[in-house]
Amino acid sequence: MSRFKKAGSKETPELNMGSMSDIIFMFLFFFMVITTMREATLKVRFNPPQATEIQKLEKKSLVANIYVGAPISKNENTLPPGEVSVQLNDQTIKSEELVADVRDFIGTEKESRDAQDRDRLTFSLKVDKDVQMRYVNTIKQELRKNNALKINYAAGKRGN
Amino acid sequence: MAKRKTPGLNTGAMSDISFLLLTFFLLTSSINTEQGIPRRLPPPKADDQKEVKADINRRNVLNVLVNFRDEISVNGDVIMVSELKDKAKEFFANPTNDPSLPEKQSKSIDGIGDFAVSKGVVSLTNDQGTSYNMYVQVQNELQRAVNELRDETALQYFGKKFSALDSSAQRAVTAAIPMSISEAPPIDYSGSK
Repeated sequence: MSRFKKAGSKETPELNMGSMSDIIFMFLFFFMVITTMREATLKVRFNPPQATEIQKLEKKSLVANIYVGAPISKNENTLPPGEVSVQLNDQTIKSEELVADVRDFIGTEKESRDAQDRDRLTFSLKVDKDVQMRYVNTIKQELRKNNALKINYAAGKRGN
Repeated sequence: MAKRKTPGLNTGAMSDISFLLLTFFLLTSSINTEQGIPRRLPPPKADDQKEVKADINRRNVLNVLVNFRDEISVNGDVIMVSELKDKAKEFFANPTNDPSLPEKQSKSIDGIGDFAVSKGVVSLTNDQGTSYNMYVQVQNELQRAVNELRDETALQYFGKKFSALDSSAQRAVTAAIPMSISEAPPIDYSGSK
């Protein structure tokens, strides 16, 4: 049977990698479409309460987040009695500056939007479910005083 | 010149690059979970305006109190969260025109016609020590009561559920079943715990 054998040593043929990158690119675009960039690293533990009557927020660009929860690391600023931190943008805030910082945050968030979008700006309160209402009330009062009336209580979906 | 075959390009590195991009995007992004219970705060009061106690008939108010132990009382009765929805629904609908439940005012609404709109207002008071979870649960139950009433009204007048209606019909149903929650300033019974 040696006449059917080709002469010379056998070499594995080179694999065509061209379509591989196509597949990866497809993955890439898929993830780019369904996800959003994370604006801030979370410095507080945020475990949302579960609710049934939740709605999706319409426009992601018109949402500003206020996080309230237990601090993840010990170095974060906390509010008395030292179990709760409020995070705006990228940092937790000091207790004595709570009201002023929230006011500044509302101001800068409003200014960064177009004039016609300012009234549609939603402040999403991302509050851990174990937090007491104390500081949530303070934040809500400050929002109301500064005419930021559209708010959202972030919550997870609970099946019935 | 002799025709030469172009040599096959090595595209293996290309997939490496795209893998890198993919991992980068996977790490820096998060799947969007922007959902929750939307609410509108009342507009800020002007400085010269004093907090006026609105003169509302007692039968038109449903007093919901949540204390620092997350116990709920509705008009003086201590109830569970699961009972709140039916209480609120009965309060807003008042199907038997009970004199202890809110009055209704007949209004003409586009697309529905004359409709007896309830004058009921839920007055929600929470303690500073109330847990946020309970607060959201109460808001959720009240929203559920209103949503169910809206669904019933929408089925009766338009033959569809509220979410399936177009925006003008949704406005009509919303006008027929308003969601009136008034939040009283929080109280502090728990002390500075």
